[in-house]
Amino acid sequence: MSGAAQGYAAGTAAARGANAKFETWLWIAQRASAAVLALCVLVHLATIIYAVHHSLSGAAILARTRGNVGALAFYTLYVLAIAVHAPIGLRALCQEWLGWRSASLNWVIGALALALFVFGLRAGAAVFVG
Amino acid sequence: MRNDFRARNHPAWWAFLVHRLSGLALSLFLPFHFWALGQALQGEARLDTLLRWTQQPLVKFAEAGLVLLLAAHLAGGLRLLALEFLPWRGWQKSLLAWAAGAALAVGLAFALVL
Repeated sequence: MSGAAQGYAAGTAAARGANAKFETWLWIAQRASAAVLALCVLVHLATIIYAVHHSLSGAAILARTRGNVGALAFYTLYVLAIAVHAPIGLRALCQEWLGWRSASLNWVIGALALALFVFGLRAGAAVFVG
Repeated sequence: MRNDFRARNHPAWWAFLVHRLSGLALSLFLPFHFWALGQALQGEARLDTLLRWTQQPLVKFAEAGLVLLLAAHLAGGLRLLALEFLPWRGWQKSLLAWAAGAALAVGLAFALVL
């Protein structure tokens, strides 16, 4: 094998290694965020059913949420877990169902994660801070 | 075996499809949900306007559907975590039925208090 070919082979092997490492981290992030979300969604579902059962008005909801630091901390963790979990799931869907496997997908998914986090925090500020 | 209908006509494949489609639907709903919550920035009256809008039968029906999807995604996700991280036990075969049952129970709990 020529020096150039050896260099190329080593380069592609390194790229494959880096890629495998990236995929492993995404897998871990997906499962870790799923574990956090399992708890958050249970609390969310219970809250939804409580709020609907009591026919809470906008004022009644905000009276319960505004200034509630514990709820804001919980919600922030919830939004962070969503911003990690949903984009990774959509990435798998894009790869397997749309055949979109180029590097551009990672950039789009990264941007989506950031947008979800920022937009989610804005919603949290509206409900818990005011 | 070819990856045709025979590989797909299995409860675990249907569980995969429900998990993926519910995840997709919830992801598409998220921006609208965050937007709706953000309306509180414009005051209680704006939030009340939005809550009144949600009293329409079709919106309520869609809400019940979303709650069912969220419960299904949660139950299906817990099943996956149990399969991947817990040592294999025979009872895990019935996790599919438990997941479906739990999702339906939550969906009904929401729908019945509408």
